[in-house]
Amino acid sequence: MSPARLRTHLHGWLLLLPAAVLLAAFTYYPAIATVLDSFFSTPRGARPSIFVGLDNYQAMVQDPIFWRALDNNILYSMSTIPLTIALALLMAVWVNGKIAGRPFLRMAFFTPTVLPMIAVANIWVFFYVPGYGLVDQVLGLFGLPAHNWLGNEHTALACLIVVAVWKDAGFFMIFYLAALQQIPPQLREAAALEGAGRWYFFRRVTFPLLMPTTLFVLINAVINSFRLVDHIIVMTRGGPDNATALLLFYIYQVGFKFWDTAYAATLTVVLLALLAMLALGQFLFLDRRIHYQ
Amino acid sequence: MKAAQSGAPLAAALETFGAWFLAILWILPLAYALWAAIHPSAYSARFVLDAPLTLDNFARAWTAAPFARYFLNTFLLVTMILGAQLVLCTLAAYAFARFTFAGREIAFLLVLLQLMIMPDVLIVENYQSMSALGLVDTIPAIGLPYMASAFGIFLLRQTFKTVPRELDEAARVEGAGPLQVLLKVYVPLAKPIYIAYGLVSVSYHWNNFLWPLIITNSVNTRPLTVGLQIFASSDQGIDWSVITAATLMTSAPLLIAFLLFQRQFVQSFMRAGIR
Repeated sequence: MSPARLRTHLHGWLLLLPAAVLLAAFTYYPAIATVLDSFFSTPRGARPSIFVGLDNYQAMVQDPIFWRALDNNILYSMSTIPLTIALALLMAVWVNGKIAGRPFLRMAFFTPTVLPMIAVANIWVFFYVPGYGLVDQVLGLFGLPAHNWLGNEHTALACLIVVAVWKDAGFFMIFYLAALQQIPPQLREAAALEGAGRWYFFRRVTFPLLMPTTLFVLINAVINSFRLVDHIIVMTRGGPDNATALLLFYIYQVGFKFWDTAYAATLTVVLLALLAMLALGQFLFLDRRIHYQ
Repeated sequence: MKAAQSGAPLAAALETFGAWFLAILWILPLAYALWAAIHPSAYSARFVLDAPLTLDNFARAWTAAPFARYFLNTFLLVTMILGAQLVLCTLAAYAFARFTFAGREIAFLLVLLQLMIMPDVLIVENYQSMSALGLVDTIPAIGLPYMASAFGIFLLRQTFKTVPRELDEAARVEGAGPLQVLLKVYVPLAKPIYIAYGLVSVSYHWNNFLWPLIITNSVNTRPLTVGLQIFASSDQGIDWSVITAATLMTSAPLLIAFLLFQRQFVQSFMRAGIR
């Protein structure tokens, strides 16, 4: 290897080094340590951590709260994701069109994105207060009785889903808006000449052209549904009776409320496996969009 | 199009109504927070037009918890993270964009992996690392896991790749070293991307909650989000007016910046998302 080429290699690695060290320390190491720790017991007082094989996994499979949290998370993801994407698309189409009051609409839809989840969750708590909260006040106008929205096992998760959809729809609207602006206007003119209706045009032209954006938004929405539990800590703390415990919330609870770090690591392995599957899916299906060279 | 417009004015009106209805629904939580914050608590759930105005709730919230310190902590945190991210991501992105070195492809794929497996889900092990490093309850501990941002590296790499090689070579002919070329050629050309990334990063870390909640346990390190949560869940009774005032206070800097620079915000989020 010539000295000049050797120097490029060296420079490349030196430039990468600071970021690589931090990535190794706070992403790769913890990811690997999570898997290793899941095979050991939690050290308690004088008792050090010992190798326990698959014991933690066995405990997990028999832990009804784990299954509840996983079920909740799947239900939560399957409801927030399609709702958020559908609303984001609808908002983008509106804001991109010639509708009256466009600047206001865009501002209203996007504002939740810049607010801290923790702050808005506090406001939403008030909306759901039984009796004099805003939801019950409005329903009261129609003669409906008060309801303990967050305190009821059957409605609590739905309340959180509403908050999540409200928070993210405007964020994903932005990506659809950007994609819509790149669709050549000639397409619309041509379709109009052919006499195609608006819905037909949307279904046959706009929506397929937006597919890459939909996939991008989909991946991010899935990640968000496993990553963000701030509103749960504020609004329900996983209750009532674990009805709103999502996977990451349960990890937080086990790791930092019960201080069972080995079991928390075992639960994290499940979450990492889910995310890794997603990464693989993206790698296999979405890769064509990203040019590495 | 003409037929659709003149033939279905009712449909168009319905659509406008739908859009406005949704927008009002979307702005409602913020509007409510504003209402409760600027009226005495007696009016926090009574919406009458002649309710007296007051700034008392803000004053009470401000004195009831060390919000000045929380603001300082958040400011330090956000500045530190952004500063470190800009340096680290610029260097790494430059390496990936313009240097051929052994293991580059693998290294890049490993970096991308962080887009999926984010520090947000590695809280258990990262807490143990911080504990081993003696960094628990410090502001750097909140920021460290986020400083090498895969997202930033990716975004800047894509941008650096669009810089014409001729500019790079011209600078080198004049005797500039790799770092000088980076500073003189690449960084200035990527300015809009830096602004976009900066806005996204600042709003993300201003709003981040779970990791700071876990890693901090004193007033001197807690960022605003954690401070607000402790304030709202401690014994404030259910004085919604004070809580909403505190809520608005903590969101105000970002919210005001957003309302003033709406176009830049929206464009930044767009730029940062489309890769």
